[in-house]
Amino acid sequence: MDDTPILAVTGLRARVPGVDLDILKGVDLAIRPGEIHAIMGPNGSGKSTLAKVIAGHPAYEPTDGSIDLRGEDLLEMEPDERAQAGVFMAFQYPVEIPGVSIANFLRTALQARLENGDELDLFDFQELLMERMELLDMDVAFAQRPVNDGFSGGEKKRNEILQMAVLKPSLAVMDETDSGLDIDALKIVSNGVNTLKRENPEMSVLLITHYQRILDHIVPDVVHVMVGGRIVESGGPEVALELEARGYEEYRNVHVA
Amino acid sequence: MPGNELVQGLGLDDYKFGFVTDSEPVFRSRQGLDEDIVRQISARKDEPEWMLARRLKALRIYESKPMPQWGGDLSELQETLNETYFYVRPQEQMERSWDDVPDNIKETFERLGIPEAERKILAGVGAQYDSEMVYHSLKEEWESKGVIFDSIEDGLKNHPELFRQHFGTVIPAADNKFAALNSAVWSGGSFVYIPPGVELKTPLQAYFRVNQERLGQFERTLIIAGEGSRAHYIEGCTAPVYSTDSFHSGVIEIIVNRDARFRYTTIQNWSNNMYNLVTQRALVHQGAHMEWLDGNLGSKLTMKYPSCYLMGEGAHGDILSIAYAGDSQHQDTGGKVIHVAPNTTSSIVSKSISKGTGRSSYRGLCKVYDGATNARSNVECDALLINETSRTDTFPYIEIDEKSATVGHEATVSKVGDEQLFYLMSRGMDEAEAMALIVRGFIEPIAKELPLEYAVELNRLIELEMEGSVG
Repeated sequence: MDDTPILAVTGLRARVPGVDLDILKGVDLAIRPGEIHAIMGPNGSGKSTLAKVIAGHPAYEPTDGSIDLRGEDLLEMEPDERAQAGVFMAFQYPVEIPGVSIANFLRTALQARLENGDELDLFDFQELLMERMELLDMDVAFAQRPVNDGFSGGEKKRNEILQMAVLKPSLAVMDETDSGLDIDALKIVSNGVNTLKRENPEMSVLLITHYQRILDHIVPDVVHVMVGGRIVESGGPEVALELEARGYEEYRNVHVA
Repeated sequence: MPGNELVQGLGLDDYKFGFVTDSEPVFRSRQGLDEDIVRQISARKDEPEWMLARRLKALRIYESKPMPQWGGDLSELQETLNETYFYVRPQEQMERSWDDVPDNIKETFERLGIPEAERKILAGVGAQYDSEMVYHSLKEEWESKGVIFDSIEDGLKNHPELFRQHFGTVIPAADNKFAALNSAVWSGGSFVYIPPGVELKTPLQAYFRVNQERLGQFERTLIIAGEGSRAHYIEGCTAPVYSTDSFHSGVIEIIVNRDARFRYTTIQNWSNNMYNLVTQRALVHQGAHMEWLDGNLGSKLTMKYPSCYLMGEGAHGDILSIAYAGDSQHQDTGGKVIHVAPNTTSSIVSKSISKGTGRSSYRGLCKVYDGATNARSNVECDALLINETSRTDTFPYIEIDEKSATVGHEATVSKVGDEQLFYLMSRGMDEAEAMALIVRGFIEPIAKELPLEYAVELNRLIELEMEGSVG
């Protein structure tokens, strides 16, 4: 595999605008094409903030450091530009867009990727959508429902995975996609990610999670432990298992010390 | 989030659809209003004596009624009225050619996706062969079924008895100050009669009327739907109504006879210096259905509350309305349902969007008279605010004199949230596209009731408007 990272986070610090306290306190992270990285950490460690800063959420303000995507300065880009550059974030809490069907939503997202004046061919789009839904073993009627409106937790995750399948990102950031999921919903997410990964082995994944259990289904190449706004340990899948056994306590102590 | 540069060139702060031509009207009254002007209008139209008498009586009512103190701000209206030409008769022959229409207007039509034939009419170039062809085949169908679809002036000339029997019966001159004004100076509009039992599959569209006078300032429309008939009438479209006039006051009267179904659709987009004060009302008889689908964009102030008077047992009224208030515009709109007879049912669904310093008000009345047993009414009004400076209010008036009536009212206000925008942008849409998609979703329950080409136009129009909301 190519050794140049697709994503390089260097010394990243970030805060909520107006609050004089960094949540991220110097994060370093490099993900190479095709790698699956997991970031684990207790509540308030900043792991979800990292995901949002990568995607460009306006509620967070980077104060120092850099994020490069294939050598491009991600922090200089708008969220839509980041998406078009290949970043996809699966939301922890996807929002409702009443009156807009999933199909319409995805068509608009794909249309936005075309040059000005180019029109997305509707038949091509239908074909793509059907093919993607088939790949994920989804009922085609699902695409006619309004985005997340009245969806169960599991349906919302299913929708995130479908969007990811249609938009085909080169970097998928999963922001605690597994929290609050029952085992069936967890399988939808992990099967979806694994399917897309098999289809495109070059796709990189950054998996933000509080729990080890999703890592039984999506096997990471690297596991990072994040505490107090910093990555305090990185290693193989065994790190997650150790965490599961011992908890975050010792890292807290290390961090404080 | 930072602004979107590409929108600047569109000049959305100006009324980008407006354009002026040099055509000289053949006749124009002097500014302001008095009895002489009303007489001139009537004489020019070669009207029967009774109509002149009606007009003069209406003028006296208009003069005696005070300016309304509710709704929108009318404090500067009198000044506008003093400067208004109450009657302008356009040239009989449109001499402009399509080549004279400014490129930016053509481009706007292009971007709105308005059909070629319709564009030419909108631009005041007159009916084109294409639309004449369509019109003629429809006209034959209508005539063979006994349907009358004329200008209001021709209606009066050609069907005097039918006209006199119904004119002013739904909205008498004394109804309100502006109904009185319209009754005194009306000009232009449609006269429609659907015979009993006739069902029209193709909507009657005002722009198909060849040689029509352009939608006047004081348009008057009278529609009679015979027993058991079914029809759909469409006035205007989402394309901009160009007018140098700053005052528009229409009256639309509809009679829906027993077991008939009638739908009236208007989507209008006025220039933003316009006062738009319209009275539109339907009398709905036993077992009949009336549906108003009303879209209001633009204008300085619109006050418009389509009404259904449910006169016969089992009558049903639906009012669907969309209002879009841009910067410094006030849309004071809603609907009125009056339940007079037993087992009558009604529904009002109102959606408003306020952008920038725009303000939208829902103003509605649900009245149930004693004896209208088991009447049921449901009102739902939803407001969407685009910016922090946007405003919305709700004024639902409910008057119930009947114990067995059931009346529901539900109101929601939502703001386009940062989370929503971020979600859409994180999928690759820019801010304007994201905003437009949210707004389209918001009005979808109403837009899906529109004929396809109108829904498409409305969507494009909203996209254009949203491009200007960012920055």
